[in-house]
Amino acid sequence: MGEPPAVLEMTGIQKIFPGVVALDGVDFRLLPGEIHALMGENGAGKSTLIKVLTGVYGIDGGHIKLSGRDVLFTGPLQAQTAGISTVYQEVNLCANLSVAENIFIGRQPRRFGRIQWAEMRKRSADLLKRLDLDLDVSAPLNNYSLAVQQMVAIARAIDIEAKVLILDEPTSSLDASEVAQLFAIMRRLRDSGVAILFVSHFLDQIYEVADRITVLRNGALIGEYRTAELPQVELVRKMIGKDLAALEQLESRERDSAEQLERGEPILRADGLGREGAIAPFDLTIHGGEVVGLAGLLGSGRTELARLLFGADKADSGQLEVDGKPVTMRSPRAAMAHGIAFSSENRRTEGVLGELSVRENIILALQAARGWTRPIARRKQDELVGKYIKALQIRPDNPETPVRNLSGGNQQKVLLARWLITEPRLLIIDEPTRGIDVGAKAEIQRLVAELSSGGMAVLFVSAELEEVLRLSHKIEVLRDRRLVEELENSGDVDADRIMQTIASGAAQ
Amino acid sequence: MIDVSTTPATNKGGPATRRRTYRPNAQYIPVLATLSLLIVMYTVGAVNYENFTHPSVILNLFTNNAFLLVVAVGMTFVILTGGIDLSVGAVIAMTSTVAATLLQAGWPAGVVIPVVLLVGGVLGFGMGAVIHFFKVEPFIATLAGMFLARGIALLINQNSIPITNGFWTSVAETRIVFEPGVYVSGMAIVALAVVAVAAVVLAWSRFGRNVYAIGGNADSALLMGLPVGRTRIGVYTLSGFCAALGGLIYSITTTSGYAGHGTGTELDAIAAVVIGGVLLTGGSGYVLGTVLGVLVLGMINTIVNFASLNSWWARMAIGVLLFAFIVLQRLVTRKAK
Amino acid sequence: MTFLKSRLMWPVAMLVVLLLCGLIFSDGFFDIRIQDGHLFGTPVNILRASAPLVLVALGMTLVISTGGIDLSVGSVMAVSGAMACLIIGDLSNQNSVGGVAVAVVVALALTLVLGLWNGFLVAVLGIQPIIATLILMVAGRGLAQLITSGQIINVQSSPYKVIGAGYVLGLPVSVLIAAVVLVITVLLTRRTALGLLLESVGGSPVASRLAGIQARRFTVMVYVFSAACAGIAGLIYSSNVSSADGNNAGNLIELDAILAVVIGGTALTGGRFSLAGTTLGALLIATLDTTAQSVGIPPEATLVFKAVVVVVLCLAQSATFRAMLFRRSTPRPAARAEVPA
Repeated sequence: MGEPPAVLEMTGIQKIFPGVVALDGVDFRLLPGEIHALMGENGAGKSTLIKVLTGVYGIDGGHIKLSGRDVLFTGPLQAQTAGISTVYQEVNLCANLSVAENIFIGRQPRRFGRIQWAEMRKRSADLLKRLDLDLDVSAPLNNYSLAVQQMVAIARAIDIEAKVLILDEPTSSLDASEVAQLFAIMRRLRDSGVAILFVSHFLDQIYEVADRITVLRNGALIGEYRTAELPQVELVRKMIGKDLAALEQLESRERDSAEQLERGEPILRADGLGREGAIAPFDLTIHGGEVVGLAGLLGSGRTELARLLFGADKADSGQLEVDGKPVTMRSPRAAMAHGIAFSSENRRTEGVLGELSVRENIILALQAARGWTRPIARRKQDELVGKYIKALQIRPDNPETPVRNLSGGNQQKVLLARWLITEPRLLIIDEPTRGIDVGAKAEIQRLVAELSSGGMAVLFVSAELEEVLRLSHKIEVLRDRRLVEELENSGDVDADRIMQTIASGAAQ
Repeated sequence: MIDVSTTPATNKGGPATRRRTYRPNAQYIPVLATLSLLIVMYTVGAVNYENFTHPSVILNLFTNNAFLLVVAVGMTFVILTGGIDLSVGAVIAMTSTVAATLLQAGWPAGVVIPVVLLVGGVLGFGMGAVIHFFKVEPFIATLAGMFLARGIALLINQNSIPITNGFWTSVAETRIVFEPGVYVSGMAIVALAVVAVAAVVLAWSRFGRNVYAIGGNADSALLMGLPVGRTRIGVYTLSGFCAALGGLIYSITTTSGYAGHGTGTELDAIAAVVIGGVLLTGGSGYVLGTVLGVLVLGMINTIVNFASLNSWWARMAIGVLLFAFIVLQRLVTRKAK
Repeated sequence: MTFLKSRLMWPVAMLVVLLLCGLIFSDGFFDIRIQDGHLFGTPVNILRASAPLVLVALGMTLVISTGGIDLSVGSVMAVSGAMACLIIGDLSNQNSVGGVAVAVVVALALTLVLGLWNGFLVAVLGIQPIIATLILMVAGRGLAQLITSGQIINVQSSPYKVIGAGYVLGLPVSVLIAAVVLVITVLLTRRTALGLLLESVGGSPVASRLAGIQARRFTVMVYVFSAACAGIAGLIYSSNVSSADGNNAGNLIELDAILAVVIGGTALTGGRFSLAGTTLGALLIATLDTTAQSVGIPPEATLVFKAVVVVVLCLAQSATFRAMLFRRSTPRPAARAEVPA
């Protein structure tokens, strides 16, 4: 089947951030009149690629060709004038301005330097009609729901007479009928020859609308596929990495320990716990000495579930029991009082405090629990901190180093140490191994296993199935903000089985 | 069709009624509140005090607050972008001192005026550049500007310099007389002209709309391809220019230049802008609101004068109004979300 | 003293240069003489002049460490002085120690209420600190004048006079008060876990909440503390002049206090704070004013100097500027100073 010449061609794109290669020689192309899905887990390089394409970031290597000509963007404005327009996941509009202004700002029709408001409103209304939207275009944007705002962002994008339209997770705030609406528009644009780059975490949506799929993993290109020729399970496997054989090998090594578990008393029991828009009501029981793994793609609700258990977000339905007694987790502090600890996936913004030293970061949670009037004696601090620096092999081992000078892996260990010295009964760790080097990763995995054999319950959240399978006694599979299946990690569970569930959604 | 009526918008009626029903936009609520407040204050004054309804009372509000009006207009631009300018009072001191010194040295008024306006604009430009390029907080950058401007004024002369220039004194005398005792000064006309120009710029120019966009969400504005840096530096330049113009007006009405002029004007200007319904976090508000805010401040002083109260009542009243309007803003923005 | 090499080097160097200028250009700058058993001389004057500023700046430091700011300190000073003078003025015997003590306690209690108000606006209503404290900044002076009925209340009370102008063991009482508050603040923040938790809240409110820290409680606490410090400073100011002046007491001191904090190396964005640095910054500002006077520079010209200091310090703190300056050499992360407590 003959392909038309690509409207956009990126070859060998290299993008390096201090200490991280975000994109490593990535090739990517967009054909006119296609909807092309860009897939990958967190940190795969999707958003970096999009930011390179829209001129937010410069590149350290490679070429970008638009309609056959080399281009180099120095800012969003240049990319826009070249015919690339973008709709971001977070609605990047000014909600204080009117609908019409949001569509036209920066390009308002003028006469004698004076903005022609009537003309602008008329053109906006016409444009929105094309999207089957009937809005009061002079009303401020924040009068409308996020979904409508997203559609306005799309209206702005397509009015720029774009050759390339980038939709970065535009559906996360839309409900089913709105998604259908959006897809109808996308198909219409595609048929008129626009090349659409589409990012979504919802596999069903990808399979419904995308013509081709490009998969990225760890900043590298995995491949470009026709949607029709790539089964969902295969796609999940490519995104997550690790082919089946390698996974099974790993599993068999660790499986024994998993089977020998004798469960203690249930520590925590969630009954229909849920939060509107974050995670559908779920049931979950965690016993002492048990490692419970949460598996699911990014945006499947795994972090949201963990945050509910810790009281970082408030549940709006269901009950939570600790040691058989009903409790309300009003705040993280309340959860800590019940012996629950939580290490966030956002290490830098929600975890360690970069300015403070390793010592201060480690004692922080324990100190917060004791209250400010009962400081931990300095000798005791040094002792505790020294012990964990040694046990977790934190480098550099000087406790007075500011944490921002540590590598990601060591920051993660500091965060774990912070919670371990509070001697929790349930440790919730969200993506502890993301973005850290292999050695540190193995150490953290070993630590989790040790902790659970010492009697601590661990809720382990990870995007990497390999880890989840290796460490967990029980695996909770999430999909589309719903806990869809609970699997005992025994002989008949393998990566394939989990991927199947993630890809298709098992009947609950 | 996407069913818009399911959105949080208030459009419960069908598409036909939606367009016709008038509903005050949330953005107008603070301005309407200020206007009502002004009317209430005037009514209270008119009922309680003799001669309060004399036309000169209202006209004097403009005459006495002409300089504040001009400064507050500049401040409106800055606050609309979400910034703040603490230097305006000091710029009044500096420009009045510079003007008086140059006039004393025999420079013609036709040269002094543009020079002084340029000085104010350049200072504003400098502060804007520091804020934009080095990501220094506006509060601190303009605090430095305040120290600098007031310091320069004091370095030039610590004493009040009388101005005897013919142009200055004749302009100071210029007034439009409606009937004996009822007049507006020429400076009030200048201030109203500034207000008119500012209102047009904010409503009908791309620069004006970019100001609102940056105040609404600077990151979005950047991603939408708007010239954020140019606009941000522009508003501080404009504010410096307005403060310089305010300084000229001040020097004309007092026919003097003095490093002590304009002390605390930045607070009055900020208070006027806030009471006029401009959101301190930026992105919402109107120049007309600022005018009303200035009039409210003036009206407070007028009532305090009529009632022969001490001036601290005026301060307390301004503080209470500030609180009320800030809480009102919180409520309005929270509802919008 | 290795920490002097990093963050506090510039303020210390500036202080030394200023004192040298004073020494060179002004006769008898360092002469300290004992007169009636009291210390006199320019260095003593500098310390006395700096006492209110040190106090206000200490409170400001803690507020800024949580990522806030307190513009109302000058007004709170005026209120506190006005309240004390009002009560003393009504005493039948203005020299009664008990009466003065009551006045001082009532005045300070009032400032605590004002601090609670600020804390309430910021922590409970969630209003931006600059805006929230602006309200009291404007209304506070009105309140002060309301208390004094717009008059300048003069008091003739020797016990009250002691606070601002008295001497104990040859040392000025105001300086001793500032020193005691400094020591208490250091002990309170560094001997307990308060300092660490404040720095954590300022560093990242989100991360702090997830570590179980009750940020709201600490936010209220720092505004109350800041108001109390300003209240004490207001008492010193009004005692020194034996009157309450609602207009001039603490005028523009909020700006000097913020400047002192910034000079001392505490970032306006919150996080790490240095009480030693703040004290040094306040001393530097007071020295600048006093030296300028004795050298014969119009004291107002120091404003230009302050402007230069603010610009230089802010640029030094600006990551963009440093990146431009040190484009070739990688910037060495500044070693952090610990307050020796």
